[in-house]
Amino acid sequence: MLAHYPYFIAAWVFLCGLYGIVRSRHLVHTVISLAILQTSTYILLLAIGFRKGGYAPIFADIHPGVVTVDPVVQALMLTDVVVEATVVALLLAMVVKAYEKGGTTSPDDLRYMRG
Amino acid sequence: MTERHRLLLFLAGACGLAVLYLAGIRNLPPWGQYRGPYGDVIAQLAVFQRHATDTVNAITYDYRGFDTLGEEFILFSAVTGVMLLLRPEDGQTSRAGGEKNPASFRDRAALSETVQVLASGVFGFSVLFGVYIGTHGQLTPGGGFQGGVIIAAAPMLLYIAENTEAFRRIVSHPVTEALEAAGAAAYALIGLAALACGAPFLTNVLPLGRTGDVLSSGTIALISACVGVEVAAAFLLLIWEYLREILARAGNAEA
Repeated sequence: MLAHYPYFIAAWVFLCGLYGIVRSRHLVHTVISLAILQTSTYILLLAIGFRKGGYAPIFADIHPGVVTVDPVVQALMLTDVVVEATVVALLLAMVVKAYEKGGTTSPDDLRYMRG
Repeated sequence: MTERHRLLLFLAGACGLAVLYLAGIRNLPPWGQYRGPYGDVIAQLAVFQRHATDTVNAITYDYRGFDTLGEEFILFSAVTGVMLLLRPEDGQTSRAGGEKNPASFRDRAALSETVQVLASGVFGFSVLFGVYIGTHGQLTPGGGFQGGVIIAAAPMLLYIAENTEAFRRIVSHPVTEALEAAGAAAYALIGLAALACGAPFLTNVLPLGRTGDVLSSGTIALISACVGVEVAAAFLLLIWEYLREILARAGNAEA
């Protein structure tokens, strides 16, 4: 189990972000907590693709055929970063609107919202 | 729901997650002993099949090109969403007026000449660096997404140097919006061009060139450049929407 420790770091970061969302008293704090929660997926993806002694999968200066780490999970992580940036931008715009309409930035005071 | 109930619910969920997660990773190979075949297969083939030395970008813009098309439209629709949400509404006359009157963007006295000189000097360098990162993605780490964000960050230096008016002129220009749409459309059109050649959508139909050249790897370099244009314009629009929000609030506070 000790050999799996990066996976536990990913879970720990995930729970830190989730705890932040649960205990949040400010909507900007909620959004940043979500961003932290999402960074756990970077750790998980890179940990899965890592290989001890593997080179970076860039063949500009190494010979093709050299053993590298997994480039697929790195490409997935790139997608993840872009999605996180857009999600945070969109959520922060919603926070601005929530403050304008409701005059509050506390998640607890969003009771005026109706479906 | 009180704070206490919420915390109890979180703890119950965290325990559930811990059980499922432990069961899930039990059969994963230990860290550092990667054994999945896909990464190795692509790392061995990409250089020969696509003439791209950065296999991560060969995957992003070619092997997984269809997914990245979707990812780009996530970015596109998110920026559209932010612009819709933060648009000046009726009744907020001071904000609408602030937009028409450039005088309301007049900056306070500059912080220091050092900041201004440095920001102006680094501005050109940042744009050049962004173009370099964006156009060399097929060779070395980088690519359209990274280069685009660096280019978009460059005009922020103008804001730091307290030249908001110059920032506004760059960003609120109709060309910025047109470039964002054109960059996103170009990606889809490159995919359709493959169809016109009788190949499946997003097939790499361009000549691959010599491995290691800037103009190599066929559509990978081209798509990367289009993504760079779209990302740079999209982030400029994002930054501007938030900046306008701040300026409008500052203007309302003064009035």
